[in-house]
Amino acid sequence: MAREPLLTFTPEGIFCAQGGFHIDPWRPVARALITHGHADHARPGHGAYLCTDLAAPVIRHRLGTITLETLRYGEPRQIGGVEVSFHPAGHVPGSAQIRVARGGEVWVVSGDYKVADDGLSTPFEPVSCTHFVTESTFGLPVFRWPSQDSVAAEINDWWRACIVAGQTPMLGAYALGKAQRLLRMLDTDIGPILTHGAVENTNAVMRAQGIDLPETVPVTPGLKPADHPGALVLATPAAFGSPWARRFGRVSTGFASGWMMLRGVRRRRAADRGFVISDHADWSGLLTAIRGSGAEHIYVTHGYTEIFTRYLNECGWNARVVPTEFEGETLDPGETA
Amino acid sequence: MKQFSALFQQLDQTTRTTVKITALADYFTRASEADRLWTIALFSGRRPRRVITTARLREWAAERAGQPLWLFEECYPIVGDLAETIALFLPPAAQHSDSDLAGWITALIGISQAPEPDRKAFVLDAWDRLDTSERFLFNKLITGGFRVGVSQKLMTRALARATGRDEADLAHRLMGDWTPETTTWHSLIEANDPSAAASRPYPFYLAHGLDGEADDLGEPSAWHAEWKWDGIRGQLITRAGDHFVWSRGEELMTDRFPEFARARDFLPDGTVIDGEILAWDGTAPMPFSALQKRIGRKSVPKSVLREAPVTMLAYDLLEQDGQDIRARPFHERRAALAGLMGSLPPDAPLRLSPSLAFADWSALAQLRDRARDHRAEGVMIKRKDAPYLVGRKRGDWWKWKLDPLTIDAVMIYAQAGHGRRATLYTDFTFAVWSGNDLVPFTKAYSGLTDAEFRKITAWVKKNTLQRFGPVRQVRPELVFEIAFEGIQPSSRHKSGIALRFPRMARWRHDKPVQEANTLDDLNEILRLYGQ
Ligand SMILES: [Zn+2]
Ligand SMILES: [Zn+2]
Repeated sequence: MAREPLLTFTPEGIFCAQGGFHIDPWRPVARALITHGHADHARPGHGAYLCTDLAAPVIRHRLGTITLETLRYGEPRQIGGVEVSFHPAGHVPGSAQIRVARGGEVWVVSGDYKVADDGLSTPFEPVSCTHFVTESTFGLPVFRWPSQDSVAAEINDWWRACIVAGQTPMLGAYALGKAQRLLRMLDTDIGPILTHGAVENTNAVMRAQGIDLPETVPVTPGLKPADHPGALVLATPAAFGSPWARRFGRVSTGFASGWMMLRGVRRRRAADRGFVISDHADWSGLLTAIRGSGAEHIYVTHGYTEIFTRYLNECGWNARVVPTEFEGETLDPGETA
Repeated sequence: MKQFSALFQQLDQTTRTTVKITALADYFTRASEADRLWTIALFSGRRPRRVITTARLREWAAERAGQPLWLFEECYPIVGDLAETIALFLPPAAQHSDSDLAGWITALIGISQAPEPDRKAFVLDAWDRLDTSERFLFNKLITGGFRVGVSQKLMTRALARATGRDEADLAHRLMGDWTPETTTWHSLIEANDPSAAASRPYPFYLAHGLDGEADDLGEPSAWHAEWKWDGIRGQLITRAGDHFVWSRGEELMTDRFPEFARARDFLPDGTVIDGEILAWDGTAPMPFSALQKRIGRKSVPKSVLREAPVTMLAYDLLEQDGQDIRARPFHERRAALAGLMGSLPPDAPLRLSPSLAFADWSALAQLRDRARDHRAEGVMIKRKDAPYLVGRKRGDWWKWKLDPLTIDAVMIYAQAGHGRRATLYTDFTFAVWSGNDLVPFTKAYSGLTDAEFRKITAWVKKNTLQRFGPVRQVRPELVFEIAFEGIQPSSRHKSGIALRFPRMARWRHDKPVQEANTLDDLNEILRLYGQ
């Protein structure tokens, strides 16, 4: 009788029966290995957590008192006869691909990833394996990211133009990862950077773990925008149009997301500007990672699963769709985590 | 193309009218005359003739990208726009081009008669010379209209600012039957040329829907009322011994309605009449579907002319004896119109739209309730002392429509929308019960908020039974109230009926699917209101 595969896909999430653990489970389990701190991956209620040392501070900050152990990138750990290790996924600081090996059967669960270096996260490293689990958030050839430098120039030009037009630029981005990446892309010679509380909380956690971020001014209830001429405001998209945002008077709004590639989405968001910048791999990034893994079996999750899987199969891989609990969220660009 | 592309980005990036006007005015000051002319043409719906089918464009794009065609076809409904899908699907350009907008369009017109391999080579070369945004615009030139949230009015205002000319004069000049191939910047915008002006219609004055109570309009005797007809709003012009028929969409429809050629026999030169074009059975309007047979074709065979003759019910007189009389009060214009109409022969394809006498607003409300008996869709209320304005303005003209007909129906298919709603499922097919079967009877794609569409989109993804390309068959569970303006028998539809202006009035969360309406209910509405 054939042996059970090392990893299986269960209603709780990806499961390793021999090791007795789940990876990024969405229902409470005894033991969870977590790729990174985004809410759709690191959920509350598990018995014990294992993640990278770099991801731990944010996960602790978000989940409070939990039982959590850490590993460094590349450091192996035996769990129930299988070998487990974490490798850089390049998605956000501390994010990991999780390698699970038993003899010659090697699985890599890549979580969320991107292959381009964002200057903030530890860059993605290909890990050889036989079975590769990949996301497909942007798994269509129409998604092709411009270079980070060119987007940085666009954002800084917009900032300068806003100052000339007497407007306050308000840039919306996911609070964990994207916001800090943007902070390092902004040209602080233009003016001060004001931050929404949700962004600033994550900034504080990252600064405390030694990540270098430019100076920011948290927007507190008493803050007077007039005291900070020429400022750019960095906030979560949820803060747009809220009473919080009203204090800044005439604003020009911008969103930073891979979805901004699509004109229809840009217009639906009714933002003044859309900046194409994503912490997920674009089409060619996905293919680069899949080729780099050397795997024959590809499991496609999260995104354009059916289209991407069909494409991979036509190209000679043995690919299949892995259902996720939250299919449907990805199309709506509230932001991808 | 760089300059035009930059303008497009500026317009596309903002929802603020003032920013758009500034960007356009700036462009009109700096761009070449040829580019200015083409920009005005494109933004007013005048585009070069399509020289390549979209099917070819898709194939070529897939081929150039080295990807299978099915992958392109999967991307299209997600991106939602063909020009954009192609622009994004292709690899980045390897060459560049300094050609401007007019240069590209001229080249495009130049290859229109060339054999297909040459047209293909031209398109592939263009794709390899243009960056993604320019490519998108180039594809728009080939495939369809530019919808950029720039109204004719806004463009005219920007043009007025850039040229220092009067806005109303410019609005009038931009109307009519011109293309950049038949005119120049000088003769369109600057020259004083009466013969070019002969065909020009006036900008239409459009009414607002009455949202409050008619009582709020005050003293009834200050107002005129008439039926709101369900046809095509148009202008009939006789000038310089010729006649012209314009639709509200600024389309010259003279050839489509040869009936109006007789207007020259009995209308004096220098007359412009605003009215409703209707298919007419001799005494009353025919269903809109009869008129539709006429709209679809440029030339009309005799049989169709016999089956669906048209007439114009005249509302207003805009020009008399060559004089623009729009500034005069409505009751004076109407009296002059009635004078003209009084002398027409009875078989003329033109008659006065009758006025409705009413002593008070409740009397008018009662008339309105009977609008369907008269094959009208409601009543129009016009202030007697109002001038004829330009565009949609509040205050002087109101349309007071009949409440729509409604039916509760089950959603059975869903398809993603286009443009702004490309990532949402917004286009639905609805069915009613016939015994234990659901019979599809209409599509609808408007009437809900973005928030509701988002909810439905999430639901559709979890409740898809089958996919047919971009269309998903969904679990028959959601019930919507469908509102519509009219109903007709139709042999082309499985249900045997066709609706006019169907839209979703609301999502009936409260209604179990078994309680949706039946085909019998629809047939009863058809019996009562079908024409
Ligand atoms: Zn995620
Ligand atoms: Zn993530």
